[in-house]
Amino acid sequence: MTDSTQSYSAAAEVGQLRERRTRWQIIKIELAKAPYSAWFGLIVIAFYLFVALFAPLLAPHGEAEIFSQSFAPWGGEHVFGTDQIGRDIFSRLIFGARNTMGIALATTLMSFTIGGGLGLVAAISGGWTDQLLSRAVDVLMAIPGLIFALMLLTIFGSSILSLIMIIAVLDSTRVFRLTRSVAVSVVVMDYVEAAKLRGEKLPWIMRREILPNIMPPLIAEFGLRFSFVFLTIAALSFLGLGIQPPTADWGSMVRDNASMIQFAKYDLTAALTPMIPAGAIALLTVAVNFVVDWFLHKTSGLNDEH
Amino acid sequence: MHPILGTIIQRLLLGLVTLFFVSLIIFSSVEFLPGDFTEAILGQAATEETVAAFRRELGLDQPAYMRYFNWVGSVMQGDLGSSFSGRNASGVDRSRAVIDLVAPRLGNTLFLAGMAAVISVPLALLLGITAALYRNSVYDRTVNALTLTTISFPEFFLAYLLILFFSSLWPVFPSLANVNAETELAERIYKCVLPALTLTLVIVAHMMRMTRAALINLLASPYIEMSQLKGISKAKVILRHALPNAWAPIATVIAFNLAYLVVGVVVVEVVFVYPGIGQLMVDAVTTRDIPVVQACALIFATTYILLNLTADILGIVTNPRLLHPR
Repeated sequence: MTDSTQSYSAAAEVGQLRERRTRWQIIKIELAKAPYSAWFGLIVIAFYLFVALFAPLLAPHGEAEIFSQSFAPWGGEHVFGTDQIGRDIFSRLIFGARNTMGIALATTLMSFTIGGGLGLVAAISGGWTDQLLSRAVDVLMAIPGLIFALMLLTIFGSSILSLIMIIAVLDSTRVFRLTRSVAVSVVVMDYVEAAKLRGEKLPWIMRREILPNIMPPLIAEFGLRFSFVFLTIAALSFLGLGIQPPTADWGSMVRDNASMIQFAKYDLTAALTPMIPAGAIALLTVAVNFVVDWFLHKTSGLNDEH
Repeated sequence: MHPILGTIIQRLLLGLVTLFFVSLIIFSSVEFLPGDFTEAILGQAATEETVAAFRRELGLDQPAYMRYFNWVGSVMQGDLGSSFSGRNASGVDRSRAVIDLVAPRLGNTLFLAGMAAVISVPLALLLGITAALYRNSVYDRTVNALTLTTISFPEFFLAYLLILFFSSLWPVFPSLANVNAETELAERIYKCVLPALTLTLVIVAHMMRMTRAALINLLASPYIEMSQLKGISKAKVILRHALPNAWAPIATVIAFNLAYLVVGVVVVEVVFVYPGIGQLMVDAVTTRDIPVVQACALIFATTYILLNLTADILGIVTNPRLLHPR
């Protein structure tokens, strides 16, 4: 307080250094440096999320509301016309964002809980637990996912719950492999050993010591798994085995309106109707891939060699 | 014994063990069926005797391990059981043997997959090698961006895009690939153009990117720089020096992608109404016809495992360092 201009205080300097950028500032700086593809991806994802969250407010008609005119043309009361039993395509697109993305998100979260949890357990415990889990995953991964999903859907029937469970379990195998492989190198670190010696329990070590150190690859994987799960569910719905009507869903919308492509010569807009939900699926996966690409680039410190 | 032989035998045994477990999983799918499924298949009016007879035919009165060995035994002899469809409450059995349903369709699927492979493998190699050669050029960037886009698209989107442009707006190819046993080869190829093209687009992207990555890795090694410094042409560097060492990863990539083709074929067959095994499986799932689903799953899984095994073994066999051990 007295001679503040001349005196030197080490504590003050250290204190100053400690004043880090807040997380928000770091995010802003990173965003400013992000390439156009990442910006494009982020904007598309934000738009999809907005539509999904506010679907009931945005949609002009109800999800399963049936109008008298089926296969109505574009324009007028129905922006993108109506489908084969007279439901408004535009409204179903909006509700579809919510259903398709919601289910894919729930599935991915579940697959990360199962696969990530077991992967950490395998990495920490080692020994026969690790062997058993890894070999089981090897066997599960030897069957192509879509085929396995089809088989399980035959047994359990296609309800939304069984759909989520089946795909989550099948997909968790890949999460397991990644988590295990990145966690194995963290598990041998001294601080993990120290925590074990302190007598910490397995859940504490998993959550507090290992998880924070393997977060970046897992977050990138989350994006990739999400788009993969999203595509799988869309494919199953397209095959008529996924999300069942009257729930609006992009995959089944493509299937229902596919026959309209034949009329492209007479009415191009009609032919484009089934392409809109298909394009919506494609656009989202492209966007997620762009963002993941950028994120991987940032966190792994790769330069533009590959 | 050559050390490489030991490794290969080890891989083959591992593949066999995997196949055993996979068959066990597929077999046990019947075990998880809800108890009332006989009723669902035979109808509400099924009499006690019909249900009992049906259960006996499925062998549900025997212990599970006996049934498994019987099942494997008959599968080995080409007997995949008989379909659930065509059965009814009165006990009259009009069902068809699964093998008769599967066999002709398996041929169709192999034809389509083979056609896609014949187009896509050379194309992917050409694109991958040239992209690695002219790295970071406009050409490389364009090919990269295009393949990244096709990877992210769902198969049915690509399929309908092709239908929209080449069948609807500019009708050069049919959008329905309805072939049968009598279809002649030329017509069969003509009808399969669009499905094969869809599959090609899907797998070329993967193969091309992996080929490019493998080559670029290799081109960074010192002996390649040495050959460049000697002043030989770019093409010669690639063909004489880089490729012999790149065959292992490329062969693996090809086998791996053909395995991927096995799964991709399901959706494409449904889009083009192609009478293949994928469509058969989807139909069987809809009607919950377990024997057919089991047979299809077994065929898909076996093909997948065998192709991955081939990829593994090719990787070992073509590795120069393993071929000439010290």
